[in-house]
Amino acid sequence: MLKRWRERITPTDIAMWLIGGIILAVIIWGSAATLTTGRYTLYHWFDFLIFGLAQGSIYALIAMGYTLVYGVLRMINFAHSEVFMSGPYTAYYVAAAFYSSGFLDRQPILCLVIIFLVSMATSTLIAFLLERVAYRPLRTAPRLIPLITAIGASFFLQYTFRGLYGSGFQAYPVVKMMEGQIVFGEFRILRIQAVVIVAAALLLAALYSFVQRTRVGKAIRAVSEDKEASLLMGINIDRMIVTTFIIGGMAAGAAGVLYALMFKQVHFFMGFIPGIKAFTAAVLGGIGNIPGAMLGGIFLGLVESIGPSLFLDGLGIVAPYQLKDAIAFIMLVLVLIFRPTGILGERLATKKA
Amino acid sequence: MQLKGGESLPYPMFHYSTIPLSHSPKGSLHQGRVMRQARPIWQEGIRVGLIGGIVAVLLSLIGMVEAFSQRDIISNVVSMGHTLLLLVAVFMGYLAAKRTTQTEPLWILVNSFISGLMIGGLLALLVIVGSLINLRKVFVNAMPILYELLTFKQGTQIGVFLLLGAGALSGILAGLFYFSPPLARRVLINSLGSIVMAGVLQDLLYPTFALWGPLAVINEWLFTANGLTLHGAIGLFILVAAFSYFWAKRGSSIRTGLRGLPPKGQRLLKITSLLILIIILLALPQVLGLFLSEVLTIVGLYVLLGLGLNIVVGFAGLLDLGYVAFFAIGAYTMAVLTSPELGFFSLSFWGALPFAIFMGVMSGVILGVPVLKMRGDYLAIATLGFGEIIRILVLSDFLRPWLGGAQGIGKIPKASIGGFEFAGPPQIYYLILVGCLLVAFVSLRLRDSRLGRAWMAVREDEDVAQAMGINLVATKLLAFATGAAFSALSGAIFASKLSSVYPHSFNVMISINVLCLIIVGGMGSIPGVIVGSIALVGLPELLREFAEYRLLVYGAALVAMMLLKPEGLWPEEVRRRELHGAESVETEPKSVSDSKPSK
Repeated sequence: MLKRWRERITPTDIAMWLIGGIILAVIIWGSAATLTTGRYTLYHWFDFLIFGLAQGSIYALIAMGYTLVYGVLRMINFAHSEVFMSGPYTAYYVAAAFYSSGFLDRQPILCLVIIFLVSMATSTLIAFLLERVAYRPLRTAPRLIPLITAIGASFFLQYTFRGLYGSGFQAYPVVKMMEGQIVFGEFRILRIQAVVIVAAALLLAALYSFVQRTRVGKAIRAVSEDKEASLLMGINIDRMIVTTFIIGGMAAGAAGVLYALMFKQVHFFMGFIPGIKAFTAAVLGGIGNIPGAMLGGIFLGLVESIGPSLFLDGLGIVAPYQLKDAIAFIMLVLVLIFRPTGILGERLATKKA
Repeated sequence: MQLKGGESLPYPMFHYSTIPLSHSPKGSLHQGRVMRQARPIWQEGIRVGLIGGIVAVLLSLIGMVEAFSQRDIISNVVSMGHTLLLLVAVFMGYLAAKRTTQTEPLWILVNSFISGLMIGGLLALLVIVGSLINLRKVFVNAMPILYELLTFKQGTQIGVFLLLGAGALSGILAGLFYFSPPLARRVLINSLGSIVMAGVLQDLLYPTFALWGPLAVINEWLFTANGLTLHGAIGLFILVAAFSYFWAKRGSSIRTGLRGLPPKGQRLLKITSLLILIIILLALPQVLGLFLSEVLTIVGLYVLLGLGLNIVVGFAGLLDLGYVAFFAIGAYTMAVLTSPELGFFSLSFWGALPFAIFMGVMSGVILGVPVLKMRGDYLAIATLGFGEIIRILVLSDFLRPWLGGAQGIGKIPKASIGGFEFAGPPQIYYLILVGCLLVAFVSLRLRDSRLGRAWMAVREDEDVAQAMGINLVATKLLAFATGAAFSALSGAIFASKLSSVYPHSFNVMISINVLCLIIVGGMGSIPGVIVGSIALVGLPELLREFAEYRLLVYGAALVAMMLLKPEGLWPEEVRRRELHGAESVETEPKSVSDSKPSK
C-alpha cells in the first residue's frame, strides 16, 4: 500500500506540496506572531472583518457575471470589468443632478433606487451589446479568440467612456443617510458598509434563487451543462446566452453603485482591479459554480482586508497593506495547488478540461 | 344519450375550421415569416444607416472627430476628422448596398442613399440637440467647436441641411462604388487609401525624406506644414492609380515569370532579397532618425517578448497571462547587478546578462511547477496572479532596500563592446536586432526539433500526448523556461536602454499586449510575431499625438481582427487550416472548437 502510494507521488507533487507547505507555514507563523504581539484589539479585527465582508460581497456580485458567462460560453469575459464600470459612471450624472437640486437629501431612498436602476440599465445594455456585436459571431471559434476579442472590447469600452465622460476622477455625491455608524454595544459598523453588505446579500440571494428556482434559471443551467442536449429539449440557446449576459450585467451594475457609494469616486479605469479580483474570486470558488463565486468573492474580500495585518505584521514587514493584492493572489495559487478546480470545484470538471 | 353523441358531431368541424387559424401559435409564426418576406425595400438602408449614425454620433461625442480635425489630410481642403465621418458614411452605404435583398439597381442605390441620409440625419440631430441643451455637463467633448465642424462652420440651420446633403451624397457615392467594376474599385481604393495614408503618416514621411538630399524635393512638392498640398494629392492619386492599374493588368504575369525562373535563378533571387533585407535592417536607424529608431527599439523589445510567449502559448498552448513577471525579473536582475546606486555589485552589462537570463529560466521553472496541473483558464488566472505578485513585491516598501521600491533603480550602465557604446536608440537598435535574430533563429530551430513537436502535441491534446510517451512535466517546464529566458533577455536590454527600472513599467498590460500581438500576428508563427509587433506596437507609437484614442482604436481593431481574420496576419499553415477548414471540409463545428489550443 505504502509502496504503491510512494510510486504515484512524482517529484512535481513533492515540489508543489513543498511550495504550499512553505506558504502555509509562513502564514501560520505570521498569524501567531501578530496575535501574540497584541497590536490589534478585537475591535480592529471586527472592523477588518466588516470591511472585508463589504468588499467581498461586491466581488461576489461581479464574480457572478464571470461565472455565469463562463458556464454557458466557456470563455473569460474580460470586458466584464467594463460592464461593471459603465453603470455607476453613467449613474454618476444622475446622482450629481439629484445632489445639486437637493433632491438627494429630501428623498434619499427614491434617489438611490433611481441611481441603481440607471446603473443596472446601462451595464445591462453594455453587456447585451457586447454579446451581440463581439461574442455571438465567435461561438464556434477556438478558445483564445473570444478572449482576445474580450480584451479588445475591454480597451474599446474603457476609452469610449473616457472619451464620453472625460478622464478625471468624479467624486460620487455623499448620501447623508449613509454616513455615520451603527453601534451595537461595544462594536461599531460604518453605516455604508452595513448597507453594502445587506444590499449585496439580498441581490445574491435573489440571483441564486433566480438561477435555481425559475424556469429560465433552469434553462441556463441546462445550457451550461450540455448545449446540444438542451437544444434538443427545446431551449433557445441564443436567448439563454443573452439572458445570462443580462443577468451578469445587472449584477455588475448594482455592484458598481455599491462600490461607488463605498469608495465615493468613479473613473473610467475603475473596473480593472475589481474585475480581476472578481475573476480571481470566481476561479477561487470553482469557475462555472454559482455558490462558489459567492464564496470565493467573500473569501477574497476577507483575505484582502484581514490578511496583511494578520499574516505579515508579525513578521516585521514594513507597510503590509501594500501587499494585500499579492496576498490575494498567493491565496489563489495556494488554493489552486491543493484544489486545482477551486474551493467548491467545477460542476463539469471533466468535460471542460 | 344518442342526442349527445349527435351533438358532438359538429365539434370537430369547429375544431378544425376556426381554432387553428386564430389561436394556434404555429399560425402566427407562419404569418410572421410572411411578414418578413414582404418587408419594405428600404429596411436594410434604415438599419445600416441607424448603426452607422450611432457610430458617427459616438465618434463625435468621444471627441475623435474634433481631435482628428486638427490634422489635415489635404491642406485646407479635407481634415482627418471629416475623413473619418466620410469613411463611416461611405462604408455603411456600401454595406447597405451589399446587404439588401433587393436586386434592382435603383433600389440598391436607394438603400445606400437612405443609409447615408440616416447618418447625416443623426449627426444633424446631434447638432440640433446640442444647440438646444448644453450636453457638456455630461459629455465633455460636446463643445461648440464640434458643432462648428459638423456644420462646416455654417451655423445650425444651414449646417443641418449641409449635413443631410453630405450624408445623402456619400451614400449615393457608396452605391455607385458598389456598381463600379472590380478593377476600378481596386484602383480607387488604392489611390484614395494612399492619399489618406500619406496624410496620416506625414510626421513619419516628412523627416525621413528630409534626411536624403534628392528626396527632399518630394517634401516640397507633396507636403505643407499640415497635410498634403492639393497638387501633391492629385499627383499621388494619379501615380498610385496608374501603378495599381498596371499591377492589376501585369502583376500576375510578372509573378508567374519569376516563378518560372530556373532553380539557380530562384536561389539567386532569394539570396539577393535576403541581402537587401539585411541591408535595410542594418541601415534603418541611420535612415529613420532618432524618434523612429526609438519606435523600432520598442518594437524590437516586443518582438523578443512575443517570440518568448509564442513558445509558451503558441507552441505549447499554455495560456500565460503573467508573462510580464519574467520581463520584470530580467530587468531587475540587470538593475541590481549593475547599478552603482544600490552598490551590491557593479558588473558590466555583459557580465550581468547571463545572470539575468539564468534568473529568468529559474523563475520560469519555479513559477511553472505550481501550475503544472492547471489547465486553460485556471492556468491563465494563476499566471496573471504571478505577474501581479512580482509587480507588487517590487513596488512594496518591504523590499525597498534591495529593489528600490516605487522610485525604482537608476544609473544602470549602457552596454558597450570595445569602445562602441550602445547609448541612444540608434545604437541600441543593433543590440536588439542581434537579440531578435538570435531568438528567432533559436525558436525556428526549436519548432522543428523533437521538443517543438512535443510542445505542439501537448497543445493539441495533453492526454494523448502523455499517452504517446511525452513527459508532460519536462515539456511544460522547458516551455516556461525557454519563454522566460527570452523575456528576461528582453527585460535586461530594456533596463539598460532606459538606464533605470520602475515597477510601473511592468504591469499586466504588457502581458496582455504581448498576448494580443502574437495572436494578431498568427499564433505559433514566427514571422507573425514580427508583423504583430509592428501592427500593435509600432503603428500606435507613430500615432502618438492621438494618444487618447490609441487604445480605443487598438481595442476596436482587435475585435474587428478577431471577427474577420481570426487566424492572424501571418498565420501558421496548420492553424489557417484549422480555422478555415470547417468551411471547406465538411466537419462539425464542434471538432474545431475541441481542438482549441488552450486545453
